[in-house]
Amino acid sequence: MLFGIEWDTSSTLAFAMSIIPILLVGGITTIKATVIGFLLAMVLGLVLAGLKGMPVKIISWPASFVLEFLRGTPLLIQLFFVFYVLPQVTGWLIPAFVAGAIALALQYSAYCAEVYRAGIEAVPYGQREASRALNLPPLHTFTYIIIPQAIPRVIPALGNYVVSIIKDTPVLSAITVLEMLSAASIIGDRTFNYMVPLTIVGAMYLILTVFAATLVRIIDAALPKQGIPLK
Amino acid sequence: MDWLNYLELLLPGIWVTVQLTIYSTILGAIFSFAFGLGKLSNNWLIKLPSATFVEIFRGTSLLVQMFWLFYALPIIGHAIGIDARIPPIIAGILALSANIGAYGAEVVRGAVLAVSKDQYEAALAMNFTPRQTLWRIALPQALPEMMPPFGNLAIQNLKDTSLVSLITIADMAFLAQRLRNLTADSITIYTIVLFLYFFMSLFLAYLMGLLAKRIGTWRSTGRS
Repeated sequence: MLFGIEWDTSSTLAFAMSIIPILLVGGITTIKATVIGFLLAMVLGLVLAGLKGMPVKIISWPASFVLEFLRGTPLLIQLFFVFYVLPQVTGWLIPAFVAGAIALALQYSAYCAEVYRAGIEAVPYGQREASRALNLPPLHTFTYIIIPQAIPRVIPALGNYVVSIIKDTPVLSAITVLEMLSAASIIGDRTFNYMVPLTIVGAMYLILTVFAATLVRIIDAALPKQGIPLK
Repeated sequence: MDWLNYLELLLPGIWVTVQLTIYSTILGAIFSFAFGLGKLSNNWLIKLPSATFVEIFRGTSLLVQMFWLFYALPIIGHAIGIDARIPPIIAGILALSANIGAYGAEVVRGAVLAVSKDQYEAALAMNFTPRQTLWRIALPQALPEMMPPFGNLAIQNLKDTSLVSLITIADMAFLAQRLRNLTADSITIYTIVLFLYFFMSLFLAYLMGLLAKRIGTWRSTGRS
């Protein structure tokens, strides 16, 4: 029994049908971690990209080091760091799920920052020159000319990272977050049948990522390619 | 000097991580070419399995694949009467390289498709066989284009090796976890491990950069 749902081991099919609801309950945690982790990553990535873009070296250098560091270290170790080290240093009690979301956000903020930078750089240089010729102040050039054109370039790349964050959520099982994979392992531990739950979990991830990828494609197709005004 | 002691105790794990990275990157590269070119084939018997492989390993989570190979495969083997129990290290390498190979297959496919159409027409006009077109025209031009994404994948792979600690392989992450259980000194241990991974990925990026440069020069001399 897990999440108050009993399983039925009389036959493989009955077993599979009886554990699907349990895995779906775990799937809710997976989706929650994905959404929270990604929203945090988008914001943190924006901050880091902004700091890295600063013309002052004292700010931009540490920011680019942090970005490199976050990208060069594994999610699992960042996860352990947040879960075991942060409470020791700060004295806060961090629940496993929160630690997981923070670690996902840290890892993906580095990727998001890179996406923002690439999106802004992909706006043709002529646009900047034209705004300068029209005597637009730099701030307005950025908010009215560059950003609106960068958004449609950024969104498909961010969407790909949503898909890959979904696939990284099982790592959270290492710090006792009860999501889809850990639910499947617990069922396996108790019934001595790993094959059925693990195969179903694999299929569920496939469905989830295909669904997310299709959603990203639809959003991307619906975006106006000339840009989105910030109003 | 606590951290020097820790480093000494982590040393065997570093070696395991390095080995895992090397083996799975090489096997992953082989998978990339096999399935990437397989997906481009006109023969359905080759195209369909390649596309399925790529979709399955790109669409599911690496950790799930590892658990599946390690826990579920022996049960299937038992059901059909063969001993499919594979040692954890093999399960780890297989899952890592299949995963990275599926991503690499898309890179290979994209780079081969990106070779300009005129090149294929010219090859056809010169009566090259399809095999010759692939080996002498398409791949030499596509290879330099593949190198930057391959470099990123290799680093991704290095980071992913940390997951093998969850299927009982004594790599860096595993030894760190064990040391933490013994000493309760999480701060020092995890800081060391983070920096070890960071330096390893910097070094790998440097190596892949060298390789990319080498392949780039080989192409330009080939063209002149």
